[in-house]
This record gives sequence, C-alpha cells and structure tokens, in this order.
Amino acid sequence: MEYVANKEIVAKRIAGIFKTGEVINLGIGLPTLVEKYIPQDVSIALQSEIGIMGIGPAPVKGSEDRDLIDAGGSPITLWTGSCFFDSATSFGIIRGGHVDYSVLGVLEVDQEGSLANYKVPGKMVPGMGGAMDLTTGARVVIAATLHFQPSGASRMKRCCTLPLTAMHKVNLVVTDLGVFQVLGGRFHLTECFAPYTPEWIQERTDADIIVKNDYRIVTIDVPPNPA
Amino acid sequence: MIDIPIISAADAAGKINEGDSLMVGGFLNCGSPHTIILALKEKGTKNLTLICNDTAVHDFKTGKITGVGHLIQGRQCKKIIASHIGANQETQRQMNAGETEVELVPQGTLVEQVRAGGAGLGGFLTPTGLGTEVANGKQVIVVAHKPYLLELPLKADVAIIKARKADKSGNLVYNGTARNFNPLMATAGVLVIAEVEEIVETGEIDPNEIHTPSIFVDFLVQAIQLD
Repeated sequence: MEYVANKEIVAKRIAGIFKTGEVINLGIGLPTLVEKYIPQDVSIALQSEIGIMGIGPAPVKGSEDRDLIDAGGSPITLWTGSCFFDSATSFGIIRGGHVDYSVLGVLEVDQEGSLANYKVPGKMVPGMGGAMDLTTGARVVIAATLHFQPSGASRMKRCCTLPLTAMHKVNLVVTDLGVFQVLGGRFHLTECFAPYTPEWIQERTDADIIVKNDYRIVTIDVPPNPA
Repeated sequence: MIDIPIISAADAAGKINEGDSLMVGGFLNCGSPHTIILALKEKGTKNLTLICNDTAVHDFKTGKITGVGHLIQGRQCKKIIASHIGANQETQRQMNAGETEVELVPQGTLVEQVRAGGAGLGGFLTPTGLGTEVANGKQVIVVAHKPYLLELPLKADVAIIKARKADKSGNLVYNGTARNFNPLMATAGVLVIAEVEEIVETGEIDPNEIHTPSIFVDFLVQAIQLD
C-alpha cells in the first residue's frame, strides 16, 4: 500500500468533532483548512488570538479590510454577533480555559502528549506566537498533522527531539492515517482511515500505539490533494 | 480635559532616543503606527530595544518589507523582544548571525508583561511555558498545588501605537483586529505617541465607547501611511 499525504483528510475529520456552541481556535497552517469542512448545521465560534471571537468566511477578493485579519495575517469577515477585544483579554480567554478546542499544527508530537512546533534550532525559528498559551489553556488540545515528514519519518514520536511548545498537553492527534487519543503515556488508535490498517500504521510509526478494541475503520471522503 | 499636542511623524521620531526601549503596537501589519515607523527609519535612530508582538514582514524573495521590518532592515535594533518572527527572514538572519539579540516570549505572556508594566504590578504567575525553554532561569511558584512561572513586568521609554480615532484630548478608539497590543502598550510607555486616522473635537466621542483613556496618551500624530 502506498502512502499519499492528504491534509484534507485531517481537516475534514477534525471538523466533525465540534458541537454547536463551542469556541474553537484554529492555528496557522494545516488547521486553517478545518473551517471549510465544519457542517452547516453546527454553529461554533471561531476565536483568533489577535482579538476576535466570531470569524466569518474569507472575504471576496477586493473587499478585504486592512483592520480585519486573523492571527495568520489572512483577511477575514465577521459573523453576526462577533466581537473584538485586546490581546490581554484574548489571552485571558485562552489561558483561562474559555476556549474548547485548540487545533495546532506540529513538527513532532509524542506519546506523553508533548508537542514541538516553534523551533528547529539553527534552521527555522519562527517563534511560538500564541501556541504555548493555546496548548496550556484550551480545554482540549488537538494536534493536526500529516502522519509523516517529507523524509518519511513519523511525526508521532515516543519522545519529541525538538524544543517543546508544551509538555503533556495534547489530548488528541489527528493525522491522515487515523485518530489517536493520548492517554497514560501511549497513543490509542480509535479510528483508522481506509485503506490503511492498524498494523500498517504501527509498523511505520516510531511510537507505542495501542489499538482500541472498539476501533473503527472510517472512510473520509475528500478530494485528492497530495501535500 | 486639555488638548494634547498634535505633532508630525518626524517630531514623533525625534522623541525616540538612541538606546531607548520602544514598544510598537500591531500584529503583523494590522494596527501598527506605520507613519511614525517610516519617520523613525528615516531618522535612523539606533540601538533600540524593540518590544513588539512580531517583527512584521521581510520576504527576501519578493523584497517586501512592512511595519517594524523597516527598523530591523535598517539595523536600528540591538535587541528584539517578540512572540513571532516567522514572517521576517531578516530578523531570523540577524539572530542566527549573532548580530541582534532576540528574546522569544509566548504571546500571552508578552502582552501580560506589558499590562503588568502599565498597571504597576510586580509581575504575574502563568502556567504558560512550564516544561519548555521559556522556563529556563525563571522562578517556579506553586499555588494551591499548581506550578506557575513568575514573569516580570515590561515598561518602555516610548510606546508608539495606532488607533482609528482620537479626540484632541487623546481619548482613543480602535478598529477591528487593529486593536491587539495597542491599548496595553498605551499604559506601559513612559512617553506614549498615538498615530490616528482621524482627530475629532473633544466631546465628540461617546465616553462609553472610548477604549484608551486620554490620561495614557501624550502626543497625537495624523496617520498618512496606513499599511
């Protein structure tokens, strides 16, 4: 079986997790793809650390407003009932446990629930931005990632090798192969995305993965979009 | 309420001295005092300690430079305190070459340091950064069985901020996500200069809708450069 990387699978599966009324923060990179898959009948509030709750769809070209962007710098529109606040209030919301889900991209995530996503020493040092606060304060932290690095190594590890963004904070990892709970120092496979099998994933992942007895094989229907 | 001086961007830049610590409001290109930044670049004042959420944009490929990126390109900063430098390749280059000291701070910690500085607090306790490089050298304090990092307040010799509107006494109103760090930095500069798009008579802004009270603001500058 050949692995074909597909970010859309990750995004669509995560979008199915949310329930009406929840507050979600979507990080830069892969997590921004989640929004388009949120079902029409689920009404959530998208928060961005720049200081807004209630982000609407992207504006049509030509109608962007320089005073309306998200934390990634992309132009946004407003949802009915949206509100603005300063950065101190925004991080009060984040650290104070008022955000239900923080979805972040990762360079590495380990079975202890630690993640690394802000620094490759000597190579790439973008900085943590709001990621350390988001992982510390959100009710549920979801790591959203392609299962493998371009080199072929798995991003899921026994122990992160890069400088940590947060220690023991990740609750759930969603890759383009499956869904993994982080519990008791192990990954627990709860969903496996067809055509992959638990054994195929275990063999190629540099971490301890326990396959839950009630795990499901799931087909995520998305357009092919190799990353 | 007395009127405060409305000065030129060049005069505002003249109030920033060699070796000063300088807070600059804004998040990427949103809500930065671009007119004053360009005047400061023109003046060429050096050895600044820049405190800013991020270092805006400097893209080597396209040559695009925005916001405080101009000050970094002009090698006007000896030290930069920021949460994110990922969109500015020149900041990363200067850091890796050892030319400029860069201190990366989690965004929620940075803004709270600024808030604490402006609010007369001796610091604050945050769980953000525990178990990461951010915790190195910092005191850990346990409150009700939970560990926190002690983070210290930040003040600056000068804060330059951006608002949508001011009255002549210096009351400020922000617009959209351009609010971000600006209201906090307004409290933490010994000298505070607000660049605004519109200046109205004192009394024209509903007191209920003022975001930053005039007491924090020393000078106004009419914005010319908006991004």
